[in-house]
Amino acid sequence: MIRLLGYRLVQAGLVALMVGVLTFVLVRALPGDMAFRIAAGRYGYDWVDAAAAAAVRAELGLDRPALAALGQWLWDLVRFDLGRSLVSGEPVIDEIRHQLGHSLQLAAAAVVLSLLLGPPLGVLAGLRPGGLLDRGLLSAALVARALPHFVIGILLVMVVAVQLRWLPAAGHGTVAHTVLPALTLAICLAAVSSRVARDAMAAVAASPYYAFGRTKGLGEGILFLRHGLRNVGVPVVAYQGVQFVYLIEGVVVVETLFAWPGIGHALVHAIVARDVPMIQGTALVMGLMFVLLNAGVDLLCHVIDPRRRAA
Amino acid sequence: MTTPATLTLRGLGARLRPGAGGGPVLSGRRLVGAGLLALLAVFAWGAPLISDADPARQDLLRTLVPPSLEAPLGTDHLGRSLLARLAAAVRLSLGLALMGVLTAAVPGVLLGILAGWRGGWVDRLLVVLSDAFLALPGLLLVLLMVAIAPGSFWALYVGIALVLWIEYFRLVRATTRTLVTSPQIEASRLLGFGPLYIVRRHLWPELAPMVLTLGAFGGATAIMAIAALGFVSVGLRPPTAELGLMMTELLPYHYEAPWALLQPIAVVFLLVLGLILLAGKDPR
Repeated sequence: MIRLLGYRLVQAGLVALMVGVLTFVLVRALPGDMAFRIAAGRYGYDWVDAAAAAAVRAELGLDRPALAALGQWLWDLVRFDLGRSLVSGEPVIDEIRHQLGHSLQLAAAAVVLSLLLGPPLGVLAGLRPGGLLDRGLLSAALVARALPHFVIGILLVMVVAVQLRWLPAAGHGTVAHTVLPALTLAICLAAVSSRVARDAMAAVAASPYYAFGRTKGLGEGILFLRHGLRNVGVPVVAYQGVQFVYLIEGVVVVETLFAWPGIGHALVHAIVARDVPMIQGTALVMGLMFVLLNAGVDLLCHVIDPRRRAA
Repeated sequence: MTTPATLTLRGLGARLRPGAGGGPVLSGRRLVGAGLLALLAVFAWGAPLISDADPARQDLLRTLVPPSLEAPLGTDHLGRSLLARLAAAVRLSLGLALMGVLTAAVPGVLLGILAGWRGGWVDRLLVVLSDAFLALPGLLLVLLMVAIAPGSFWALYVGIALVLWIEYFRLVRATTRTLVTSPQIEASRLLGFGPLYIVRRHLWPELAPMVLTLGAFGGATAIMAIAALGFVSVGLRPPTAELGLMMTELLPYHYEAPWALLQPIAVVFLLVLGLILLAGKDPR
């Protein structure tokens, strides 16, 4: 257990190092004067002069040796100083604190919705492998996996918001605004978790102890609660960790599609505006969120599965 | 450590377990996938032969024209031929995905064999390196690459390859580690066969199905990433014909011309579906 969490801690360190090193290497490896390029990206090519480039150079520490600048960034990071946004001038950490809440709200809604959608359907399908529901669900999961997040979002908007006019197409504020983006993410997540639950349930249903439970006269409900639930729960929860990759990737795209004022939207905006401290800050926080969520999954697996506690 | 534990630990890289290849090489599912991809390739490279429209040529008097004999798939909001644009976009997506997968697979497999075979500090160093890449979700890594050089084809390509090589490395390393101590390889070694022979005779036949499966999944990941970046306007720049970019451009016209918006959507779907079917495994 301690080892697992220790690994996550190392991973968090690696995230910080990767974000720092990658942006530093890239900013310096590109041909031409990076300060001019960034200034041009921000002010437009017609408004760049040497003074603007010099300002960018000083802000980003481009006039210092690469290693010194990298060290400075890591040192600032240890003190939770992510620098200031080049666009708004506000400290990056304040901006992120504001956006992260919105993103977490969306992500939590999506995970809850996907857990209500995916695993129950998967369990029902797994109880009758090869049945109508099983085959239908496989096709549905295949289709959902073959569509990128934003396409599912577009289709939902076109049908639910534009044709049926049930829900707002984009924006933020009320619960109604949360439904479509959360549902978009949830469908992507459920496509995978339903398959995991289905396979786990099929394996459990075919096991001798499940057959014995039935033979000794347990009802389907109590049989599932006593012998099925936990065994299906472990892989579903464990896979949630893998799925957080999709969740984080999805947050970037889905927030942009639905104009959701979260951290993914902020990252895309920062990239468009060449706001390097914002890019570093948002990427760092998203990476750390990924690690943190995975650590949570580790702990949860530990609670559900007694075998792991013994190991 | 039990399998679910490694799953959570390894995140992205553990979608396939060592030894879990993609089933028989020529299953019906795979043939359907290969057929679908072949059709799309014929469309992409064949379309310029039928209609020689330039994907970037605008005709502002004929915008959003529904499909007709003159413009087989209609025209977009700037009067550009959708047939030519879709064909160019598929060529771009397929080409970039293929390049990314190949660039990732070759070093991934070679380093995986090296690490699994040699062990020791080489192994530890490479594992730390791959862990560092795995620490960030894949799209975030590509985004960071693209962030600094927006609109650059090469940044996109390098980013995709950097994300994809890890899966090959992890899987090949794990499989090699178990196989190196197997009786057949020990026997070959005792008989005095060199590493090259052992890799060709014993390792590659085991690895090949996994490499194919990973390659197909990797291609799907790459195509979705390219489209996603294009859609949020940080990928390739207009007027490049790119599937995600086309969707962004056509989205404002979804009410007047839903058929236009549905075209790039259908093409992305068919591309990714073809690759997932080709992978021959459950979509995960």
